[in-house]
Amino acid sequence: MIQNLVDGVLVGSILSLGAIGLTMAMHMLRFANFSHAELLSIGAYAALVFDGLFGAIHPALAEAIPPLSLTWSLSIAILISMALTGVSAVLIDRLVFKRVRAKGGELSMVFASFGVAMIIRNILGLIFGLSPKLYSQDIVFAIVVSRDPFLLIKPDQVFTLVAALLIMVILHVILSRTTFGYALRAVAENPSLAQVSGINLSRMIVLIWLIGGGLAAAAGVFYGLTNQINPVLGRDLVLPIFAATIVGGIGSIYGAVLGGFIVGLASNLALVILPSGYSPAVPFLIILAVLIVRPHGLFGEERT
Amino acid sequence: MTALVAKDIVAGYVPDLPILKSVSLTAETARVTVIIGPNGAGKSTLIKAIAGLVPVSSGTVSLHGQKITNPRPDRMGALGVAYVPQSDNIFRSLTIRQNLDLVLRNAGKEAAARRDALFAQFPALADKQAEKAGALSGGQRQFLAVAMALAINPSVILMDEPSAGLSPKAAQEVLEYTRALTENGVTILLVEQNVKQALRLADQCYILADGRNQVDGAAQDLLNDPVVGQIYLGGKRVAPA
Amino acid sequence: MIGVISYLVFFATVASILSIAVLGLNLQWGNTGLFNGGVVAFFGAGAYGTLILGGTPQAGQMGGFELPYLIALLGGMVISGIVAWVVGLLTLRLRHDYLAIATFGVAVAFETVMRNSDWLGGAQGIRGFERPLRDALGNGFSYNLAFLAFVLVVLIGIYLFLERLIASPFGRLLRAIREDETAARSLGKSPSRIRLTAFVAGSVIMGLAGGLYATFYAFISPQDVLPILTFQIWAMLIVGGAGNNKGAVMGTFLIWAAWTASGWALSRFAPMDVQLYTGSIQFVLIGLVIVGMLMWRPQGLFPEKLVVSQSAKDK
Repeated sequence: MIQNLVDGVLVGSILSLGAIGLTMAMHMLRFANFSHAELLSIGAYAALVFDGLFGAIHPALAEAIPPLSLTWSLSIAILISMALTGVSAVLIDRLVFKRVRAKGGELSMVFASFGVAMIIRNILGLIFGLSPKLYSQDIVFAIVVSRDPFLLIKPDQVFTLVAALLIMVILHVILSRTTFGYALRAVAENPSLAQVSGINLSRMIVLIWLIGGGLAAAAGVFYGLTNQINPVLGRDLVLPIFAATIVGGIGSIYGAVLGGFIVGLASNLALVILPSGYSPAVPFLIILAVLIVRPHGLFGEERT
Repeated sequence: MTALVAKDIVAGYVPDLPILKSVSLTAETARVTVIIGPNGAGKSTLIKAIAGLVPVSSGTVSLHGQKITNPRPDRMGALGVAYVPQSDNIFRSLTIRQNLDLVLRNAGKEAAARRDALFAQFPALADKQAEKAGALSGGQRQFLAVAMALAINPSVILMDEPSAGLSPKAAQEVLEYTRALTENGVTILLVEQNVKQALRLADQCYILADGRNQVDGAAQDLLNDPVVGQIYLGGKRVAPA
Repeated sequence: MIGVISYLVFFATVASILSIAVLGLNLQWGNTGLFNGGVVAFFGAGAYGTLILGGTPQAGQMGGFELPYLIALLGGMVISGIVAWVVGLLTLRLRHDYLAIATFGVAVAFETVMRNSDWLGGAQGIRGFERPLRDALGNGFSYNLAFLAFVLVVLIGIYLFLERLIASPFGRLLRAIREDETAARSLGKSPSRIRLTAFVAGSVIMGLAGGLYATFYAFISPQDVLPILTFQIWAMLIVGGAGNNKGAVMGTFLIWAAWTASGWALSRFAPMDVQLYTGSIQFVLIGLVIVGMLMWRPQGLFPEKLVVSQSAKDK
């Protein structure tokens, strides 16, 4: 039980990072982006490539930072991957979504996002192979924190949680202390008023993709670090991330953070009563529950 | 001197269905120009078309003699034109101070001083500056919206029904404040439902109906004009003047 | 020669069954503007429902009620309809995104439950289904031919039904809602109830397709209700032209032919070490078809004839 709680918080932090970008883009561009979770995959694989590259350039970089399995090269690779994934998100918008937006309605964008997801997922599979990959072949033993109740934690998990929380704190400071943050929130609340208040919407869309992509990349790497990297990572995470945005209320950044933790915890706690095979269905049950009890989520506003 | 001229404006959200069929208007510098007319006349659309929020399909808008037809809405501030929408004209989820900082964010080093100056002008807002703007009363919201407009030191302010939804007293306060702004050389273009009050404080008035100019003239003259009374009391359309 | 004909019969049967599902989707998306991200769930509910109601008892599994075939098929449709009704009731009042996400979620949940519940067949799926009239027709080519005829009759029936429905006042209402919800509401109609009706009806048609599919193979397993089927069905509709039933059927045959041909070509000509990736290549292709159509020809190859807006406004 306590193990499920701890695992749930960890998974929750990863889902939160993914959901922040999704909720912003969904709110501003008004479409459910089913390809957002593929940004996590892009991020995870980009970090894998650069991790290997740096390790090859300088062997010292390939050494793990004890007690983690995380290497110096991977730490740098995470930052590069965040930037690259952010840029990919902007490019995908330019190449596909922007054009579909100009041609058709919001629902065409949803269709297009499914197509984009399928293309990205399978191209990653073609490039990197269908079998799972790991950042490190070294086995890092989990630390037994407690025997009764039994609780195992890996150092990498602690790092992931701390890093995810740190990223969220930085984001919070930006949102609550800088005029750029006010502008982001203003755009989320009322795009047309934001525009007449001097905010350039199309530049803001680019920035939102950059941030969303960057956060998704971090989430992808953290997922890879604590699980494994495979081409269907996006397929497996898309529903939980959507569930997180719906729990939090579409458009609410803080809601997405909270929603991520709620979905992570609920999915892991569900394992106490359900066989693990059923866990992919849990996010759907959460979505249904929210739609019945509080359709606009914890912090969402009513809008149709 | 003329500040803003709109000439033969045709505009609407959908290309084939113009809401404004042909409207012309001139706003003199440091004067209050009011646009009135029945519901659906296209008053708000006109102001939005000037602000760049509704595409103008033909006609021109010029500011101090320079053509600015179909501007990018986010660039209007840089041109010295502020626009105060009718409702939802403040960011409810931001604090009052954040609302002002947001519009002042390109003011660089001056930003803090300008913000303090605005707070000095609106002491009621200063007292509540750390509160969410959504918690303000209707009248205070309107003052915050005006303060946000003033933050960019505009030469022209476009206002869409600033008195809508306010108590008569609050409405009076807002309109009087608006009038007072002209003493500093600011040009005001205003849409109002509250015809009598609007005509009392305005210098010039345009009456629109069905997307076209109907009557225009000095506000004082229109206030005493029986035809104007007929439009609003009887709701009938008048032949173009 | 007989091999080719028998393959063509097989191909036409599957394509006709899929056409029925595409017609169901066209009612939802093409005519009403409802996004269904989980076509497989409704298709699958019909398939599982039909086999469970009409099959023979299997050890450890629910069902095997051995109901008469047409009742079993109808039962499968009803099950699809119930699933659609629940999802629709919860989401159709909200922003359209919610329907997209919830239907996608239903499909994931459906596959998960089917895969993990041994009493519903588990990963092995459900067998033990006697194809109707097998005694009379035998198990060979003549049976397949007769079944194709049956499927075609159903397809034509659904097609005619939908054409009449679309021409009816109800159909005009659907398009009115699709194009301008506020206007539709001002006519005094409740858009959410009408959308729910269209959503359930479309899903029931998908359930019928699923039932026929399961009948044809006398078998259904979680492998038959993978998300890719949803994408294929969409691609068929988008290529054919949303809103147009004739286009939907033509799109289905076109995409299904392209899909099977590309699969065959890849397995025939691609080097051995690429074989493993045949699926990935095909998925990329279908993704490109969807995205490409939306970007360059959103109206599809056979677009809907636009007589719509005027009649909706006159009303």
